[in-house]
Amino acid sequence: MPLIEANNVTKLYRMGDETVHALAGVSFSIPQRDYCAIVGPSGSGKSTLMNILGGLDTPSGGRITIAGNDIGEMTDDDLAAFRNQTVGFIFQSFNLLPRLTALENVELPMIYGGVLPKERHERAAALLQRVGLGERMGHRPTQLSGGQQQRVAIARALAGKPALILADEPTGALDSNTGIEILALFSQLNREGATIVIVTHDHDVARSTKRTIEMRDGYIVSDQLNDRSERHDAHV
Amino acid sequence: MMRTSDLVSSASRALRANPMRSALTALGVIIGVASVVAMVALGSGAQAQVERSIASLGSNLLIVVPGSMRGAGGVRGQAGAGGGFDSLTLNDAEAIAQLDGVAAVAPSQRARAQIIANGLNWNPEVNGVTPDFLIARDWEIAQGRMFDETEERQARRIIVLGNTVAENLFPNMDPVGQTVRMNGGAYEVIGVLETKGQSGFQDQDDIVLAPLTTVKRRIAGRRGRGDTVSQISVTAESEQALSRLQEDVENLLRQRHRTREGEDDFTVQNLSSITETAAQTTGVFTALLGGISAVSLLVGGIGIMNIMLVSVTERTREIGLRKALGARQSDILHQFGLEAVTLSVAGGIIGLVIGVAGAWGMTTLFNLPLVVSALNAGLAIAFSGLVGVVFGAYPAWRAAKLDPIEALRRE
Repeated sequence: MPLIEANNVTKLYRMGDETVHALAGVSFSIPQRDYCAIVGPSGSGKSTLMNILGGLDTPSGGRITIAGNDIGEMTDDDLAAFRNQTVGFIFQSFNLLPRLTALENVELPMIYGGVLPKERHERAAALLQRVGLGERMGHRPTQLSGGQQQRVAIARALAGKPALILADEPTGALDSNTGIEILALFSQLNREGATIVIVTHDHDVARSTKRTIEMRDGYIVSDQLNDRSERHDAHV
Repeated sequence: MMRTSDLVSSASRALRANPMRSALTALGVIIGVASVVAMVALGSGAQAQVERSIASLGSNLLIVVPGSMRGAGGVRGQAGAGGGFDSLTLNDAEAIAQLDGVAAVAPSQRARAQIIANGLNWNPEVNGVTPDFLIARDWEIAQGRMFDETEERQARRIIVLGNTVAENLFPNMDPVGQTVRMNGGAYEVIGVLETKGQSGFQDQDDIVLAPLTTVKRRIAGRRGRGDTVSQISVTAESEQALSRLQEDVENLLRQRHRTREGEDDFTVQNLSSITETAAQTTGVFTALLGGISAVSLLVGGIGIMNIMLVSVTERTREIGLRKALGARQSDILHQFGLEAVTLSVAGGIIGLVIGVAGAWGMTTLFNLPLVVSALNAGLAIAFSGLVGVVFGAYPAWRAAKLDPIEALRRE
């Protein structure tokens, strides 16, 4: 069974008298261990789709299940638990809390998961080691470079042992070399078993993944596997 | 679901991030609670003081005075001054002494006289009394002695001084054994009364006690003729017997004076009922002071609400992030609610300390007893907590209801 199964998912917004179809009916499925990019210009519906995949929003119609959870049928508290346990978010602007250290930022989702402090510290420390920040656990975000901040955010996304990692323009605020390092880290995490969905308008970023879903005006206009050699080009 | 300890540390971290702002916000509650505590303590102190000074007149005491204080009686008492103010007699006192439940009866005659001694003079109230007066008024001799019944009957020229009189006529000197001149006659001081202090605005120690017969014959003038007296003090054996005794005295005097109820030419004052009225009055006063200062606590609460709303707006993005990471609405609600309650309870505790200190200062200044009960202190803290809950609820609810997508988009 695929991790994500979407069937004719729609999302309507009312803007005054007009109804806007942010999602006009999309169907796709994403298997476990996939590494996939959703691309499209602004207004294509990719952000709306990502919000629904992340349990931040619910569909107006159709049906989408993620790791067995029907997003349309969940209560607010169910969605909060889903965001905590099943998905890990990575944002363009990192969204680290400036008053917390790197370690405390990684612990944050586990606080809402009710994990005991000792276990939290250990897990957060291990995750920071894994993203290569073992030496900077006590630093605050302002004392870290952009790439390092995004690594902290990736460690935070992994903290809840999520079935799905969702990244929204993860390299958008980084210089190209740092961006390539971050994408390499995603590839490595994917090889280690993580399912990753990246939302981006950058086709270079999309090419570094295994699969590209292209959206326009609320529809999926193409869904194809990326050529492996092209993916390597992106690393150069 | 967030653990309580994490909730607490998160709230305290948020408050410590803006120490100045937190302190100023708490200041509103500090001032509110401090003024409530201080004002209520001051009011309770005044109440205790009133009760204490009335009780110092004597316990279980009835005071019978001539003239009526009720209804048209006052007019009648004045119109018939011949009978009205001379209506109480020594025989009345003796008759009252026969009633059940009486512990002591002390008729007395008041007069004003100038006393000269030592080249100094003083104008105290001179009270002609029987030795039982001290029992009835629960009063002790500090130096020397009281005159006895024989001396009283013989109208001896001897007096006992109140503390104020003694200090003014005989500064730095033992008055006992000294001679004073009063209305042209010489009197020997045989004792000094112990201090009773103020009763309301009246100095109870500004008094001279002389034998009743002496005062009637030599000092009171026309007022002292016949066997009338200006006051009869009656004490009951117990507090329970007091109100029954009051009725008995009233009935007895009506019989003796051949008056009907409502046309009395005398008044029986019950000190415990006066105490009650006075305590009620000061109680109202206390509630009023507390109520006015509660307004400042309300203002403090509004200050908390204001700052919490600012804080929610400032931290919109943080709230959106926390929700994206799995915070439930109730987690956010508790987190912001706890910040407000922490501010207000911390303010409440500091305010309590300052309020008690302020109450101590004021009661010392006004020479009142300091009354701070654990109940009042607990109520102050609980009330400040309630202020936090009430005024923190709306901002916390706003935070909890934020749409995470909108909140994350905010700069």
